[in-house]
Amino acid sequence: KIESLKVTVDFLKVPLGLKKPPLKEALAAVPGPGRPKLLGVERHKPRRSDTMDNESQYSGYSYKSGHSRSSRKHRDRRDRHRSKSRDGSRGDKSVTIQAPGEPLLDNESTRGDERDDNWGETTTVVTGTSEHSISHDDITRITKDMEDSAHLDCSRHLGVSLAGALALLAFLTPLAFMLLPQLLWREELEPCGTPCEGLFISVAFKLLILLLGSWALFFRRPKAFFPRVFVFRALLMVLVFLLVVSYWLFYGVRILDSRDRNYQGVVQYAVSLVDALLFVHYLAVVLLELRQLQPQFTLKAVRSADGASRFYNVGHLSIQRAAVWILENYYHDFPVYNPALLNLPKSVLSKKMSGFKVYSLGEENTTNNSTGQSRAVIAAAARRRDNSHNEYYYEEAEHERRVRKRRARLVVAVEEAFTHIKRLQEEDQKNPREIMDPREAAQAIFASMARAMQKYLRTTKQQPYHTMESILQHLEFCITHDMTPKVRRGHGKRYLTAGPTIQYHKDRWLAKQWTLVSEEPVTNGLKDGVVFVLKRQDFSLVVSTKKIPFFKLSEEFVDPKSHKFVMRLQSETSV
Amino acid sequence: PAITILSYFIFFQQRIEIHKLRQGDNLILGFSIGGGIDQDPTQNPFSEDKTDKGIYVTRVTEGGPAEVAGLQIGDKIMQVNGWDMTMVTHDQARKRLTKRNEEVVRLLVTRQSLQKAVQQSMMS
Repeated sequence: KIESLKVTVDFLKVPLGLKKPPLKEALAAVPGPGRPKLLGVERHKPRRSDTMDNESQYSGYSYKSGHSRSSRKHRDRRDRHRSKSRDGSRGDKSVTIQAPGEPLLDNESTRGDERDDNWGETTTVVTGTSEHSISHDDITRITKDMEDSAHLDCSRHLGVSLAGALALLAFLTPLAFMLLPQLLWREELEPCGTPCEGLFISVAFKLLILLLGSWALFFRRPKAFFPRVFVFRALLMVLVFLLVVSYWLFYGVRILDSRDRNYQGVVQYAVSLVDALLFVHYLAVVLLELRQLQPQFTLKAVRSADGASRFYNVGHLSIQRAAVWILENYYHDFPVYNPALLNLPKSVLSKKMSGFKVYSLGEENTTNNSTGQSRAVIAAAARRRDNSHNEYYYEEAEHERRVRKRRARLVVAVEEAFTHIKRLQEEDQKNPREIMDPREAAQAIFASMARAMQKYLRTTKQQPYHTMESILQHLEFCITHDMTPKVRRGHGKRYLTAGPTIQYHKDRWLAKQWTLVSEEPVTNGLKDGVVFVLKRQDFSLVVSTKKIPFFKLSEEFVDPKSHKFVMRLQSETSV
Repeated sequence: PAITILSYFIFFQQRIEIHKLRQGDNLILGFSIGGGIDQDPTQNPFSEDKTDKGIYVTRVTEGGPAEVAGLQIGDKIMQVNGWDMTMVTHDQARKRLTKRNEEVVRLLVTRQSLQKAVQQSMMS
């Protein structure tokens, strides 16, 4: 009877339940040093140096990297479909930002190789909503991009083709203005001597400058795919369009219809258009580049999983551009996200897991006072004299000690290993010694420090990040550049501390799919108090904005002669 | 109302006549002074206004001539024998008090308790 009336409150177990099996699994896989309970007793099997044994340790912690590429692809497909459906609706708040996979100066040749089903992640996208919509030059490159990413939306095609067409039109219009009279009514034109030639030269150079300026300013690979149209870019496009249309209008009415004979006037008309285009370009520079250089806001980015936070100063940016800025800095500022370091050791939690059992006697309907029960249990648990903080403290102290011991061993092993090799000197060539290239040298000395390194990495739970291959590569790097062991130790900081995310192998940690969640439309500019979130699957970056305060600097002139001093006296004299 | 206004400007003072006591070769008055325009006024524990650089009585020896005459600790000395003491250095004050040819010094002092008493009596 009591069994039926008993209500076991398991809620304490529920959030931890997700972690328990992986912890158990991982702890089973990881031998001795991983277990918190075995203080100082090392029970690991002797390992061969060339197996870093990555797979068995992945089961618990790196559910991310353990997934196959196909499942990731599915997830990305889903995300992409979701973003597609969202693009159309207004007032929708959650959008996806995707960064391209290639570095900025990549050429198209490699794209074909990488083009597999993960096209969503690795394609470079140039769209009308992207950063550089106006390009006066090299439309072929853009069209090639469009061919490669053939699955893209029609809207994006439309955007970029519109921008390209407008740019081309604007570029060719002055030339057309000057050529049409020559073609159509050449015989009637007045001869135009040196002024015209001067104007021709100036038009040529101005167009060249416009070309170069546009190439420098607009034609860059977009860093990211932005979900929404840029206000300023759209504004500039409209401006250029209006400009060109009005010029054509006047040209058509005044010159073509009436067959104006004054060729110099026509050429001057064309020159004025080029000047106007240059000024529009200047406006573009100011609006798109200069305005966000001067810092106006401080962004605080906090990682939700472990609380790592950074501050950045930015200028006037829209929310989506600020998001991309934050992401660019995230990859080299934030230490890599290590889910293994977040959980409290099991021994500490085990006490909490034996929660209270709540018996409801004489009541059948338990649903409506479940909150009351939970609250009662929480209150009771809080009041109970709880020594888990003690456990935690000693656990931490022990862990710290162990890490330091391992680190010392590692450092000594590295130093020793480096004494085994030296650079080939001239006189050594006479002696018949085995000559190795950096790779072999790295392999040779790796063996002597493999064990120490492995144990260290396991203690600091960094082993998923460093494959043997990456370690060997790094060793090779150090050897090639003659880094002394001391420097090596400094570089070994790469292993000793969790470095920024970007230094780890791209495949594993540079996932580029982020979701931007914001309450305000993402094309709005940053304002004081705006908060947006950049989400990934297992953690998110919460970014909050604060305006940089207005500093009131006042001037105070101090005369150098005014620096005079007296002794402080408080004498008391008796009379 | 006119009287109340005036009262704020009048410092209520007391005249004290001290007869110096001869001790060997010295004439002593039996108190100690602190303050002066060359001193740090913020260290003065007796002044209400911490920018006041006047001469204050910091100690009164028991049974000495000053105590007998009615001088109290914390009094601010405004005049000594007609000489102003509100804008003097510490040393000048000491000299004015310890003139060898004077046997009697007449001090004009003001006291916070005096002022408060007067204010209270005016209010009531």
